[in-house]
Amino acid sequence: MTATGFLSQLLQLAIALFLAPLLLGWVNQCRAWLQNKSAPSLLLPYRTIRKLFHKDAVVAENASPIFRITPYIVFSAMALAAAIVPSLATDLPFAVAADAIALVGLFALARVFIALAAMDLGTAFGSMGARREMFVGFLAEPALLMVLFTASLISGSTLLPTIVETLAHREIAIYPSLAFAAVAFTMVSLAENARIPVDNPATHLELTMIHEAMLLEYSARHLALIEWASALKLFNYWCIGLALLFPYGIASASDDWLAILVATPVLIGKLAIGGFVLALIETLSAKMRIFRAPEFLGTAFLLAVLGMLVNLLLGS
Amino acid sequence: MHALPLVLAAIVVWLAIGALGLARPRNLFYVGRVLFTAGAVIGLFLAAVALIAMREVPQTIVLPLGLPDLPFHLRLDALSAFFLFLLGAAAAGISVFSAGYFRASEGTAPGLLCLQYHTFLAAMACVLVADDAYLFMVAWETMALASFFLVTTDHRIPEIRRAGFLYLLIAHIGALAILLCFGVLQGETGDYSFGAMRSVTLHAAWPSIAFLLALAGFGAKAGLLPLHVWLPEAHPAAPSPVSALMSGVMLKTAIYGLLRVTFDLLQGQLWWWGVLALVLGLATALFGVLFATVQTDMKRLLAYSSIENIGIIVAGIGLAILFKSYDKTLLAAIALTASLYHALNHAFFKSLLFLATGSVLHATKERSLGKLGGLIHRMPWVAWLALAGTLACAGLPPLNGFVSEWLLLQAFLFTPSLPQSFVNMLVPLAAAALVLAAALAAYVMVKFYGVIFLGRPREPNLAYAHDAGPFERIALVWFGAGCLLLGLFPVQVIGFLDAVNAMLLGATVNRPGISWWLLAPIDTDRASYSPVIVLVVIVGVLLLTIQVVHRQYHGRLRKGPVWDCGFPAQTPRMQDTAEGFGQPIRQIFEQFFRIERMLPTPFDVQPRYFVKAGDHLWYWLYLPVARAAEWTARLVGRIQQGRISAYLTYSFLTLLALLYFVR
Repeated sequence: MTATGFLSQLLQLAIALFLAPLLLGWVNQCRAWLQNKSAPSLLLPYRTIRKLFHKDAVVAENASPIFRITPYIVFSAMALAAAIVPSLATDLPFAVAADAIALVGLFALARVFIALAAMDLGTAFGSMGARREMFVGFLAEPALLMVLFTASLISGSTLLPTIVETLAHREIAIYPSLAFAAVAFTMVSLAENARIPVDNPATHLELTMIHEAMLLEYSARHLALIEWASALKLFNYWCIGLALLFPYGIASASDDWLAILVATPVLIGKLAIGGFVLALIETLSAKMRIFRAPEFLGTAFLLAVLGMLVNLLLGS
Repeated sequence: MHALPLVLAAIVVWLAIGALGLARPRNLFYVGRVLFTAGAVIGLFLAAVALIAMREVPQTIVLPLGLPDLPFHLRLDALSAFFLFLLGAAAAGISVFSAGYFRASEGTAPGLLCLQYHTFLAAMACVLVADDAYLFMVAWETMALASFFLVTTDHRIPEIRRAGFLYLLIAHIGALAILLCFGVLQGETGDYSFGAMRSVTLHAAWPSIAFLLALAGFGAKAGLLPLHVWLPEAHPAAPSPVSALMSGVMLKTAIYGLLRVTFDLLQGQLWWWGVLALVLGLATALFGVLFATVQTDMKRLLAYSSIENIGIIVAGIGLAILFKSYDKTLLAAIALTASLYHALNHAFFKSLLFLATGSVLHATKERSLGKLGGLIHRMPWVAWLALAGTLACAGLPPLNGFVSEWLLLQAFLFTPSLPQSFVNMLVPLAAAALVLAAALAAYVMVKFYGVIFLGRPREPNLAYAHDAGPFERIALVWFGAGCLLLGLFPVQVIGFLDAVNAMLLGATVNRPGISWWLLAPIDTDRASYSPVIVLVVIVGVLLLTIQVVHRQYHGRLRKGPVWDCGFPAQTPRMQDTAEGFGQPIRQIFEQFFRIERMLPTPFDVQPRYFVKAGDHLWYWLYLPVARAAEWTARLVGRIQQGRISAYLTYSFLTLLALLYFVR
């Protein structure tokens, strides 16, 4: 373990933890601009989280400990994921603990716990949300794994830093397998982060919500942690996407700490563009009926498999 | 030290314990607390012996029992030792659970049950150490019969008798295939000891025929498609400890048999065997998990989940065969390790879950998911330990189910080094099917756990549910701890599994000089996973977050009624039922089910809603075969005239025919 590695590890975790709500605020702002609305403050997510932390938590009488521990588990899983996904540098001493497959496992762990917590109180909306979340997850998770497999096959490794290292040092060109993977990944990340067209983060319209339905009973610090974790999840997904599809500018293992300092603004710039693209997608598409979601995700899954096949056929 | 005599001693003591059960068959204290506990100690002893034997050289004994000139050959090598460990460790937990579980009932007397149970255990141990086809078949059939009687414990219920009969029937179809397989394997030597079979070289299509027979025969026992139908019938019918034993251990004896024939008795594997096993295994896995999502009976759900897990194990074996046929022994070792590891994991988490359903069944007298709910408040021990099993079964880090799936996916990712492009194309599709099955397993397990233990009680009588007794708790803790430890220390577990790899493939997964906390097959640059770090970080961040949040802000908490968007008239019946939870899957994969529906109309006085998702294979395969069998029987029945003279003529004609052939 090098000192630079340790430093970049800490810096990356800190950036993820503290910039994730900003990314959410940026997406909301871009969306408001695109839709000709007056935009909320960029810092609104921070204020919401802070406000929630100050409030008294109200927990239902029949809640079990699972309900109360879940926000912490989800937050921890997302923080661990943020430490593993290379966003600033590839010299991450921590990343050996979990490779791409384990990363997907971590996301699944968070999903299962949040679904269980939603079922815990026995409300109609909670169990409906849990069912729908698992229903979206069962297709999105394999699709994400297939995308990561395509990248793993190219680099001959399932460790994310190695994958990024390999991809960052290739010529800049359009690789057909990665093009398929990119489309699939975008679709999956929309679904997994409860975005339009699969879910609508702004809605509390009872019959259409998925992710929000699971959070109805949460309040105060529990809700704050879950909101923060959701922001972290979005951040993580965008960083995975950048790492696989546009890794240029990341500090590699041989670079010194100066490169990390350069990599930070590059990352922020890339995320800003990514956030704008997300807002654009959300503005241009309409929310689907829930039973169209399997078609959407099935397409993503097949595209990801196709990407893997293309990679095997063409070797690129 | 010689381990094999100790294994024999364990088998004999198990049989003796079983026989002692007959002394006072109705005395629950004597049979339950004394005999079953003693059986558990023997199980623990067997596991310890097997663990030691795993790293020793193979030992053989010839027992002068059985028919004249046909002594029993016994052999204890790494493969047997691994499965003996699995048997011993699982049996120890299940026996402790049984000590507190069995009550006086209308069915079989506890003493007789004790005899059947311990005969079942002893027969499984015998199957694992048998070194000739004769002893193997005797033990195999004893195992089938003992488990048949155990399945039909409540034999006064017609459905249970029917389930038992179906099980017996398919067990015998499988046994016939295995018998024929051994017939092929002995070549023309007439020597049925495994030692002789190893030295025989089969020619032309015979090895393939032997493999196909083994796949069919052992597949019938394991629940591979299309011979799976007995499993979802027999597992729910049996008492819960027996279901746990059958699902956790007995299915693994079939995996043992398949490995024994394919890698030990047959020399040289063909690539298409691997492809066949892979495809069949994945089809089984997907089939099992899809049907598990739509089940409403908790034990039937677990039975379908067992089919899924067996499918994953067989897919791993298929991959190992594929790699072995191209002499990529290291990759074959990874695939085989994943399979064996998953077999061990499945023994632990599925036993845990079946036992938990047993406790729920005792506490509530209810096994339909639609009438449970909220049991985490009434049965905290069972609920929290079942959570470990649920997460393990869903394949989530850092528990054990994830490790084996991780290894199997790694094995898939290394496949492109194979020379045949067709096989290379197949592998991404197979990997896609595998991850789909794994993701659906999480769906199933959320449904299982959420509907039983979370939410509000769906029936008023659930308020009187009581937690499990001390014996049941010990057993659940045993399996829960197993799930956690097997998940946290994969390197150490693989250290033991490598003995099997070395024996069957001549390669090991663990390399010298690896660290104890980092699982990294092949190379640390290719892939690594450290469950210890994952757990430590998650727990560490969790505690830190709680501390920081409470210090920085406050820890105030108020209890209030459920909000649910302000809707006041909530009843527990508004929660998702098991059926409702599975409905999206049923709708997407409608073609895979044979759905019978009865929908109410608005004018019904008493509206009834009824949906049943049946199995197409039952109608496409089993019923036609049954009809054909009945038709043939009727045809043959015509020659039965009931007259002595006619029968004498038949005997005479048969004799003539035989004389012609034997001539």
